[in-house]
Amino acid sequence: MNFAVLQFPASNCDQDALHVVQNVLGHTGRLVWHKENSLAGMDAVIIPGGFSYGDYLRTGAIARFSPIMQAVREFAAKGGPVLGICNGFQILCEAGLLPGALVRNRSLQFRCEHIFLKTVARQSPFTGKIEEGKILRVPIAHGEGCYFADEATLAQLEKEDRILWQYCDAGGQLTEAANPNGSLRNIAGICNEARNVAGLMPHPERASEAILGSADGRLIFEGLASWLQGRMAQAA
Amino acid sequence: MSDPAITPELVNKHNLTPEEFDKIKGILGREPNYTELGIFSVMWSEHCSYKNTRPLLKTFPVKSPRILVGAGEENAGIVDIGDGLAIAFKIESHNHPSAVEPFQGAATGVGGIIRDIFTMGARPVCVLNSLRFGPIEGNGNAANNRRLFGGVVSGIAHYGNCFGIPTIAGEVYFDPSYEGNPLVNAFCLGVLRHEQIARGAARGEGNPVFYVGPATGRDGLAGAAFASKDLTEESAGQQRGAVQVGDPFMEKLVCEACLELLATDAVAGIQDMGAAGLTCSTCETAARAGTGIEIELSLVPQRAAGMTPYEIMLSESQERMLIIVRSGREDEVKRIFDKWDLPWARIGQVTDTGRMVVKHHGGVVADIPAKKLADEAPVYHRAASEPAYLKAVREFSLAPVPVSSDPAADLKHLIAWPGLASKNWVYRQFDHMVRDGSVVCPGSDAAVIRIKADSLPIGAAAASAVADKYIALTVDCNAAYVYLDPYEGAKIAVAEAARNLACAGAVPLGATDNLNFANPHNPELFWQLQESVRGLAEACRFFNAPVTGGNCSLYNQSPNGPIDPTPTVALAGLIEKPEHITTQWFKDEGDAVILLGDAVDEQDPLRGLGGSAWLQCARGLKTGSPPRCDLEKERQLHNALRGFIECGLIKSAHDCSDGGLAAALAECCISQQIARDTPRLIGARVDLSFGLAAAGRLDALLFGEAQSRVIVSTAPKDIVKVVERAKILGLGAAHIGTVGGAELAIKAGDWEGKWALNELHDLWWNAIARAMGDHKTIETEKARNP
Amino acid sequence: MRRADMKAKIIVTPKKAVLDPQGKTVQNALEQMGYQGIGAVHVGKYLEIELPGADAEAWRKQIDDACHKILSNPVIEEYRFVIE
Repeated sequence: MNFAVLQFPASNCDQDALHVVQNVLGHTGRLVWHKENSLAGMDAVIIPGGFSYGDYLRTGAIARFSPIMQAVREFAAKGGPVLGICNGFQILCEAGLLPGALVRNRSLQFRCEHIFLKTVARQSPFTGKIEEGKILRVPIAHGEGCYFADEATLAQLEKEDRILWQYCDAGGQLTEAANPNGSLRNIAGICNEARNVAGLMPHPERASEAILGSADGRLIFEGLASWLQGRMAQAA
Repeated sequence: MSDPAITPELVNKHNLTPEEFDKIKGILGREPNYTELGIFSVMWSEHCSYKNTRPLLKTFPVKSPRILVGAGEENAGIVDIGDGLAIAFKIESHNHPSAVEPFQGAATGVGGIIRDIFTMGARPVCVLNSLRFGPIEGNGNAANNRRLFGGVVSGIAHYGNCFGIPTIAGEVYFDPSYEGNPLVNAFCLGVLRHEQIARGAARGEGNPVFYVGPATGRDGLAGAAFASKDLTEESAGQQRGAVQVGDPFMEKLVCEACLELLATDAVAGIQDMGAAGLTCSTCETAARAGTGIEIELSLVPQRAAGMTPYEIMLSESQERMLIIVRSGREDEVKRIFDKWDLPWARIGQVTDTGRMVVKHHGGVVADIPAKKLADEAPVYHRAASEPAYLKAVREFSLAPVPVSSDPAADLKHLIAWPGLASKNWVYRQFDHMVRDGSVVCPGSDAAVIRIKADSLPIGAAAASAVADKYIALTVDCNAAYVYLDPYEGAKIAVAEAARNLACAGAVPLGATDNLNFANPHNPELFWQLQESVRGLAEACRFFNAPVTGGNCSLYNQSPNGPIDPTPTVALAGLIEKPEHITTQWFKDEGDAVILLGDAVDEQDPLRGLGGSAWLQCARGLKTGSPPRCDLEKERQLHNALRGFIECGLIKSAHDCSDGGLAAALAECCISQQIARDTPRLIGARVDLSFGLAAAGRLDALLFGEAQSRVIVSTAPKDIVKVVERAKILGLGAAHIGTVGGAELAIKAGDWEGKWALNELHDLWWNAIARAMGDHKTIETEKARNP
Repeated sequence: MRRADMKAKIIVTPKKAVLDPQGKTVQNALEQMGYQGIGAVHVGKYLEIELPGADAEAWRKQIDDACHKILSNPVIEEYRFVIE
């Protein structure tokens, strides 16, 4: 599989995403500079974490006007899978490719720690390899990760089974204490209506090797790769 | 606009003595003009010239076969780590700016040290910090201390997180001596291949000189000179308007662009504009290369209108770099900096005159021999005399100190004492995992970072079919010890750092130090500095950890008095194989707990309680001679421990320091954090009765801080191997207990203390959040329902 | 540098329905300092854009568009502005 990892000025998890795709999973990939305008030849797009444009104005607010984002829209419209991680999730929300917004953590402080994730919707290109009931342990690192959407949107997300991950405790319970940022409904990640565009605040690319303390995040990338294989087999 | 006349008052205002002014006139062969006076004043400040400390710094060990760039040669030292790879690292202070404006002061401190590292051609891969504040608990001054502490932590978080570098370790202490004069020391480590080392030299006559980065404003005017004075309320107030503002976004772009440019071979020399900005970078690059440099100030991008040559030369606007480009390669600079949307300007060229010539709209505004300005600052051999307070310190005995009536309660107080408590309130605000290299995160004795191919600057990745490398890092200084015995205390700072590395499974590669001291003109305070340097030098030599560079921050005193002398030491070490990486927490039920080293130092009349956390926390006394540091014994311990680790015998290893055996055992039980709100607690049952007679009193056995001790755990089958081998190596070793259960139980003679782990964990984990007043208030407040 | 004859003064605030922990914290601090009887605090952003010329009306549409597209996020924020 060939992965595009977008690179905005001050993306800072771009190398990490590429590392996992190439060195851990053995796929091909390349960094795609934000001023480029084509994603030709790419099978999947990762929008990595960081502080694109310094997070000035709002997180992700400026990045969404980059030339490459038009290509991402077209790529997504054709059903290509797009995964936004952390700042990437924020950019996708700002760009309107995902509903809602990410606002300041309710602690007002940046939070970097491992959290537990419950996988809710298992029908998606990103969650297919995660076994039923498996709790993922993955780190977060953000100051503005509190998921917000109006009640109607939340209801729709639930109804359409578009909540992919929720913050939970070690036993899978959706407690207040397990919610690191105040996200409504403990939401950590969602997908679009067509299910091919997803965003999440936690960093699966930091939890894809045992030496870093957890390899749970790898399941998300492996799920994506296997979904792509299925899609190609269908097309062939 | 005309410059002010050069009067004795003006010279004095620039912190230059009449003798220094005469020397300047001698160098120039005439009176300096206003701009030149400003240039000399910053270059000859302590911050830039080390004029008060240079003779002492010469005593540091600086050589080893691994040193590629030594102390003082460049912006940071560089050490070989094998397979053609190297690390560049350095620590630097930003104390006074942080006292004035904690957020920006700390942020720009991080920015400055990151620039020092990528200036060397290395990709910065992690940062550490060492912080000191006044006490944060209670009312009164504590409120201001909390403001400074909170501001500094958010400033570091802001800069490091946005730049995208893990803040992977650090230390924080609280003591009244830092009230009003906090210490903020930042360390950065970068990685590169040997052939990628860049030099801060203006080589090649005719080569153009480029300025890259944001425009120059009036920020931090003469900050270097400001850092070289006592901090007074007046100076703090005056400086607030001039504090530098950091832009980590800009720094990230400048770093990437510089590394991309360095990979093209178009660069003849590169230096960041840190303290004294344009002044320091131009004269130092010319001095290093033995060339001259000529710049035109009207070409320098400027943010404010009507800036004078004096202001442009002394500005400390952040994130700026000076690059000397090989003639004919200018277009590559333009291409790369345009790609990153960064401002650049060609502002001058290298000459063969040996002079730093500064022009403004064609007229010469400064003309100074570069080498004399950069390298021939006056050097002072300051008077030193032993401080009077030490007499009482040495005479202190335990006799009048009441024996602890409730050691079980004392342990709870100790581990909730902010200096000893978990620092998660701090490090959970730092991104400590970005870049996929954080193998051991904050919370163990030493952090461990993985160096992999993409940790390197671009241009190297292709040539890197090398195995991953593992670097252990720690930063240490128990300043109470140093205050009570500067020589012994400084030795302990190094010994403890080296012990932390050994606990992680690492061999020291090199050291960097930050000498935070008070006014050197006071002979008693200078004595502290002199004795500390003697201790640091001896210990660094002993552990084969040459000093690769560092920083001196003098004049750290507020109207309340001087700070405790704080020679912070950061050590980097190499771990040969990933399976040797060891953490401090107990692992499995049924494992044996073994103490390596002697439970009690019988030659210490205070039995390890002098200067101890217990004496400070439980008795309100900061006195008594600190524990003795026997370097030979310490080295034996480290070698033995590393040997055991390499043989696969050790499951956990934890340095025994502040709070003694009891605190160390508690930390072994409660310090593993699985995830948010999810510690892994594992109990232990320990018997220390064998040490009671030697200790003489129970509190000394439990809380004494004798050096050269490590608590390890092993599988039951390996007990005999570890204990016997240690004894053969001449090292004390005792099997003191077993891991398991839901409580920590320590027995000593007739006494037995028991602590529920969840209670200990809560006290230790949440102590700082409680002191800061935001424990579980905002954090868990329900989101407002729309 | 372009001449600035007028300024657009833009205020962006969080929507009432959105959690505003910053505002809440400021409110708590004010109450603790003894400012009794104050209501909710909302912390927003203030932007100033320098504009050449004297035709405020001509600018109004552009500024409104910019506010909607980039300067605020309609999901979580409201804005208002004056040109003077």
